[in-house]
Amino acid sequence: MPYIPTTERDRTAMLQAIGVTDVAALFADVPASVRISGLNLPPGRSEVEVYEYLNQMSHRNTHDLIGFLGGGYYDHFIPACVDALASRSEFYTAYTPYQPEASQGTLQAIFEYQTAICRITDMEVANASLYDGGTALYEAAMMAIRLTGRRKILLDSGVNPIYRNILYSYTRNLSVDFVEIPAIHGQSDRERITAALDDKTAAIILQNPNFFGAVDDFADVIEAAHQQGCLSVMSVYPVSLGLLKTPGQMGADIVTGEGQSLGLPLSFGGPYLGFMATRMAHVRKMPGRLAGATRDANGRRGFVLTLQAREQHIRREKAMSNICSNEALCALRALIYLSWLGKGGFKDLAHICAQKAEYAKTRLSAIPGVEVKKSAPTFNEFTIELPCDASDVVSRMIDRGFAAGFPLGRYYKGMENYLLVAVTEKRTREQIGLFAEALEGVL
Amino acid sequence: MSLLIYEKSAPGRRAANLPRLTPVEAAVKVRIPAKYFREKEAELPELSELDVVRHFTRLSLKNFSIDANMYPLGSCTMKYNPKICERVASLEGFSSLHPLLPQLRGGGMLTQGALEVLHETERWLGEIVGMDAFTLQPMAGSHGELTGMMLVAAYHHDRGNRKTKVIIPDSAHGTNPSSAAIAGYSVVTIPTNAEGGVDLAKYEAAMDGEVAAVMLTCPNTLGLFERDILKIAELAHQRDALLYYDGANLNALLGQCRPGDLGFDVVHVNLHKTFATPHGGGGPGAGPVGVKARLIPYLPTSIVVKREDGSYALEYDRPKSIGYISSFYGNFAIILRAYAYMLLLGREGMRRVSENAVLNANYIQARLKARYALAVDRACMHECVFSASRQVEHGVHALDVAKALLERGLHAPTIYFPMVVKEALMIEPTETESKEQMDELIDAMLEIAEAAERDPAKFQALPQNTTVGRLDEVKAARDMCFKA
Amino acid sequence: MGANNVYFTKDHEWLSVEGDEATVGITEHAQQALGDITFVDLPKVGKVVNAHDPLLVVESVKAASDVFAPVAGTVSAVNEKLTASPELINQAAQTAGWLCKLKPFTPAVNELMTAEQYEAFLQEN
Repeated sequence: MPYIPTTERDRTAMLQAIGVTDVAALFADVPASVRISGLNLPPGRSEVEVYEYLNQMSHRNTHDLIGFLGGGYYDHFIPACVDALASRSEFYTAYTPYQPEASQGTLQAIFEYQTAICRITDMEVANASLYDGGTALYEAAMMAIRLTGRRKILLDSGVNPIYRNILYSYTRNLSVDFVEIPAIHGQSDRERITAALDDKTAAIILQNPNFFGAVDDFADVIEAAHQQGCLSVMSVYPVSLGLLKTPGQMGADIVTGEGQSLGLPLSFGGPYLGFMATRMAHVRKMPGRLAGATRDANGRRGFVLTLQAREQHIRREKAMSNICSNEALCALRALIYLSWLGKGGFKDLAHICAQKAEYAKTRLSAIPGVEVKKSAPTFNEFTIELPCDASDVVSRMIDRGFAAGFPLGRYYKGMENYLLVAVTEKRTREQIGLFAEALEGVL
Repeated sequence: MSLLIYEKSAPGRRAANLPRLTPVEAAVKVRIPAKYFREKEAELPELSELDVVRHFTRLSLKNFSIDANMYPLGSCTMKYNPKICERVASLEGFSSLHPLLPQLRGGGMLTQGALEVLHETERWLGEIVGMDAFTLQPMAGSHGELTGMMLVAAYHHDRGNRKTKVIIPDSAHGTNPSSAAIAGYSVVTIPTNAEGGVDLAKYEAAMDGEVAAVMLTCPNTLGLFERDILKIAELAHQRDALLYYDGANLNALLGQCRPGDLGFDVVHVNLHKTFATPHGGGGPGAGPVGVKARLIPYLPTSIVVKREDGSYALEYDRPKSIGYISSFYGNFAIILRAYAYMLLLGREGMRRVSENAVLNANYIQARLKARYALAVDRACMHECVFSASRQVEHGVHALDVAKALLERGLHAPTIYFPMVVKEALMIEPTETESKEQMDELIDAMLEIAEAAERDPAKFQALPQNTTVGRLDEVKAARDMCFKA
Repeated sequence: MGANNVYFTKDHEWLSVEGDEATVGITEHAQQALGDITFVDLPKVGKVVNAHDPLLVVESVKAASDVFAPVAGTVSAVNEKLTASPELINQAAQTAGWLCKLKPFTPAVNELMTAEQYEAFLQEN
């Protein structure tokens, strides 16, 4: 029986100590009418059988397409040492660090992770993680509502449509009023945003780069928001921060994002990593765990979970969020990844991605019928307009061995011919060339 | 003193070994105006790869972990995390899959293996807990609770019911009332009676037409099976209130009885507890939610369906759905591990788990009750709850007992809840601990009880042989230093 | 209600009356139960409360406690010292650790206890 060490002899000794003759007696409280003799499931299998079965199943997935698919989730290379270190069982089989003396490894890692997030975003305090970029954005919206006492939120339509779906789903039963501001030519509509900001607005939610790939500097929008007493919430792509102006520099109040690009595999949707950072003035209203530095009686530096009065196990129905287990191991991976990249590597990685994307743009714009959208600067993801339905093109490109990109028509009406193309450091010049050739062939 | 990774930085050192741009790629001009660039480089550390490896290796050695230490944490089910599940999770055919693939035309056919994992996991979980359908989207137990409460709200809204309250026993975990409140309900708390169950009279008095749901854990956080569960279910259903099962303690019931048969309408399970996926130092977990048929229309979008030809697809057109709970299909790699675990256990394995989990907890209870005050003197299920009240008479609190255990290389039991027991010590050994390991815990606790009477003063200084001693939590809260 | 009198509530708050101004704090018992206080979420001056409304929150490492208004009134002043030194409440809960003042306030004796009654209440529970 896998993983159960108890022998007959052990059982006899334990039953004797308890004072019953068999284990069934210990289930006496369960009503007879609901007892079952066993579940309607197949018998247990051996390790090798389970491995082979799931191995076969894994081969029923196509994973060798050359990927230009992004949309918020990117095929970046994960350095070997991230896997090696995060798979140390002292990290992954550890419990939540409620007993800090037994958990300084985890706690120091959380503290270092919080530091890393602050340094890449130029914000003042970050939490220990949330579930993913989408739910993190929802938590940020709720935080803005708590901080301002207002219930209206402006939502730029350049924000990831899946995140927007999450915002709507979670707030369905709450009195939150979302006002969507459509983008023009793939960019934020400043006029409409400024007109919509008022003293009933809790926050404006923006994304950089936005879902179309457009890069912006939102300092002016954030300033306009502040003048109305509104907060700004920005969702960002962390790898882009190696190059781009940070949300902190722009004056953002709450920053969130998807940390998958920081050393986490694509893994068909999870586990991912929601990060959140804010200003110290707002820390008491921030959800999620927080590791803080302190000392023991001998003056040794140590780390503990702190400000727990915000959390569910103390505040119960008045907690900032109900979050308990989060994405600690994923945050550890992100920390290791950022430490491995380091100051220079973080900058270089962004540079490489941007250059490769720009190169891809030149190859694609040379294809008759393909128009690379130029109304805004982009980082490593950009929009192209095709002479026909993008979904159809993508389907034919799959046959040729490419995940060509994301057809925007799926979430944006009228954009059926538009394709979102992402390029990471994993794409070689040859692959980019082959991609362009294949696309030309398909059109 | 241990250094932070930032304190080990040396200008010019570098670990990153990135691909070089070819001349053709480097020659193109990136058209981002200078004003869109960040002002200063991010102050990430500058280290060699060996520096990084040593730093994290040494950090890891400061942790307790299941692989090295017993964690008798009540309600956490810290059972062994099988290594074969880790190997399965790293299969490239799963780990490299982009989540947007099924949203491409023809993309579903690229991910049949992954969709089958989801579908099969739902089927197995449905059989295990007696529910008709599942969603695997919730990414943690409390996330599952919130999802469950949102399903309850959607159900009542659809029926035109005006329901404003949720009944929760005072022994519940903090995530229960927290989740109910976020879903827009006010919480009515029902006390626990002397036998350790819900006070039936008070429950009956509180049950009225405005109660949307009752949230229960069974066995409850005292490790006791809710004796009146069938009556509780009946009273709730009479008023069209739904019964919600917090699956934190499911380990006691695997293969013995099913929450669905007890009358529960909505269930969440914790894959990182009952189904042996690793705790990761605080996540990632997964909290799939199961429902009875009448709640199926409200399940989150998308759901996995098996078509007539045997292939799998995602269904998005669901008009009554509560919408998107997570960005995709849930914490897939965690779900995969749990599926592997279920395959390993099979039918008879499930029953052995609960039998041994309950046997082990009762063994510990029997051997400790002479020295520690039992919260309720009854046979427990998979966890036993003591109060350190006898030790408190000598000035030794549950927290001190916890620290004394850390001193001996054993992780402490749960001490911060249930709130209904003062100075609680909640012990859950799980089925994967041997008698020898349990005896080590028992002997340690008996020794501690002895020391509490003989020499209570020395507890304050414990633990001594961990990497740090007791930390000043007041200072942490006041200093508010959250980054280097 | 007389002038210069101190009253107590079941939620362990005290109310000290001087003319048309009342001072609110938490009792010695409450401060002990909470442990080292790390933060006080002081209300805004001008806030209007009814009796039993949540007035402010007192946080310690292991708990967060709502302090309820013992009587209806308008917050006229808050103890600014608590921002930098929340531990004042632990040190002197019933004097220097006062929380806020209500002026005007509605005098109401119904659920308020005298010092003796509060002592008896503590003994019972």
